[in-house]
Amino acid sequence: MTEPLLRIRNLSKHFPTPRGTVRAVEDVSFDIPRGSITGLVGESGSGKTTLGRTILRLTEPTSGQTIFDGQDLNSLEPAAMRLMRRRMQIIFQDPVSSLNPRLKVEQVIAEGLAAHGIGKRAERRKRVAALLEEVGLQADHMRRYPHEFSGGQRQRIGIARALALEPEFIVADESVSALDVSIQAQVLNLLLELRERRNLTMLFIAHDLSVVEYLCDRIAVMYLGRVMEFGPGAAVSTRPMHPYTQALNSAIPRPDPHAVRDREILTGDIPSPLDPPSGCVFRTRCPIARDICGQSRPDPQEVGVEHHSYCKRIEALNERRASEDA
Amino acid sequence: MTETILDVRDLRVAFGARRGEVTALRDVSFTLGRGRTLALVGESGSGKSVTSLSLMGLLPPNGRISGGQLLFTDRNGRTRDLSTLKQRDFRALRGPELSMIFQEPMSSLNPLFTIGDQIGEMLWLHVPMSDADRRKRVIEMLELVEIPAAASRVDQYPHELSGGMRQRVMIAMAIICEPRLLIADEPTTALDVTIQAQILDLMRRLQSDLGMSILFITHDMGVVAEMADDVAVMYAGAVVEEAPVDRIFDHTRHPYTQGLLASIPRPGRAHGERLVPIPGTVPPLTALPPGCAFAPRCPFSEPRCDKPVQLSRKAADHRAACILDTLPARPVPA
Repeated sequence: MTEPLLRIRNLSKHFPTPRGTVRAVEDVSFDIPRGSITGLVGESGSGKTTLGRTILRLTEPTSGQTIFDGQDLNSLEPAAMRLMRRRMQIIFQDPVSSLNPRLKVEQVIAEGLAAHGIGKRAERRKRVAALLEEVGLQADHMRRYPHEFSGGQRQRIGIARALALEPEFIVADESVSALDVSIQAQVLNLLLELRERRNLTMLFIAHDLSVVEYLCDRIAVMYLGRVMEFGPGAAVSTRPMHPYTQALNSAIPRPDPHAVRDREILTGDIPSPLDPPSGCVFRTRCPIARDICGQSRPDPQEVGVEHHSYCKRIEALNERRASEDA
Repeated sequence: MTETILDVRDLRVAFGARRGEVTALRDVSFTLGRGRTLALVGESGSGKSVTSLSLMGLLPPNGRISGGQLLFTDRNGRTRDLSTLKQRDFRALRGPELSMIFQEPMSSLNPLFTIGDQIGEMLWLHVPMSDADRRKRVIEMLELVEIPAAASRVDQYPHELSGGMRQRVMIAMAIICEPRLLIADEPTTALDVTIQAQILDLMRRLQSDLGMSILFITHDMGVVAEMADDVAVMYAGAVVEEAPVDRIFDHTRHPYTQGLLASIPRPGRAHGERLVPIPGTVPPLTALPPGCAFAPRCPFSEPRCDKPVQLSRKAADHRAACILDTLPARPVPA
């Protein structure tokens, strides 16, 4: 087994506020193997975007380590970190606000190359042309401004920009959420092609479990800053081993009018991150919670091959499923 | 046969722009039966929201209905054409007959008034009653939409509520006068999926309790499958297919609907099986092709598609705007 490209260890990010500390990301650990697409799924306020930014050290972590290709990013000096940044890039959610409207597409895409002093102007232009074609646009689009493009095309420009420095690792933060489904499918397939062609490693952040299932080899499910479940994509989405993942899965409206709907609807809202429940943070909405769940934070339970669930009630979960299957 | 309460025929809407007019709706036709839910489905720019604003008499000042009819039958059995209705007459209809829920509950609620005042305003406008009775009725409504501790929530302001709770308030406001027709414009799009499940469940229950008809506007085929009895699919300002929900999914007759269904990631699909996206993008309304608007993106287009195509009957309760009588399987790119 080869060394994973990223090893995230006990990573936490806390934000002090006048009303107390928000634990946006709390004690997160998992590995991202080379060439894999790992999905990070959760609802608003789950901390998935903060985790993505903390991994890239776009915000400084409160504690913990992000080991990228053997080096802890959080211990790197600024100059070393700057060199490291070439190897990791991010694609944002909103293709409108993440592209500078005053720059032509050529400048947008070549900005990273220029910042790192890579190539002469003419060489950079050639590289931009090749990148545009790689993401399904045309080379002469480089002379236009971002507003001249549709949402899907702008997202392709954002992808070309992320690829310009030939990174090994890309964080895609809700990169298809703002797109119409027919365009979303185009961009998802583009990401899959790029992964194959360039052997990219990706962290794909999304709130939509069916999109994550389509794209990702491995899935981490987050709730209130904590990982609830982590495992192989197919297992997490078709046979979830955490009551929160089960609820999330059953809440998705299926595009099938004949589907049997015996959904379990979670009651209530996500608790305030200023005052999360003790022990398991999901217990206040969990259908199978018991007193034990409030006592301490659950340790990861091995529930399958490279599949972990942070739940103290795995047996109850299995019993419930057995009675449903019967 | 259920009684039809809304019959939209060849609706056209134009917007004044700097250079002449832009036609936003070219050809919108559908019918909605009493007590049924019709999903109006389409992607951005297809004209779903313009259709609903036309029905409510809420088109912006530069928009006008330039053709067609919006025939609405009220609770007294009187049928009126909403496209020619005066604003004054609309005001009497909005609330007791027609009502609407919007996508973004935060921007649709007034931050300066309590939710109780905002829900009660509808009653104040339409039903004469004492302040105490009105307050009582508002609290009953909050209980009906399952807001916990309704008696104390009634005095709270919108910012004190979560997104899901705000959408419940919007629903309470929309149904307090027990409308015949509820228009829900992407009511769950801004919500998390577990909260969406709560709201969809609530809407289904309220519909069966109150016997409303619902025009449900959405881009999500999963929500369509879950909520709709009937479906009208829109593309570039026109309805391209209309049928009962199971026919839309099982016996698709329009290539656009077929493409939309092939673009959705479905749970449990074989790993490695690729989605089949629709190539290209929606043409701008100012540069629509002369014939079928979908032809440039359609895998089955042929020279005949250069001529305008109308919705035509493909089966007893199934209409589609396509020259093909049977739709071949969608080709999978190599």
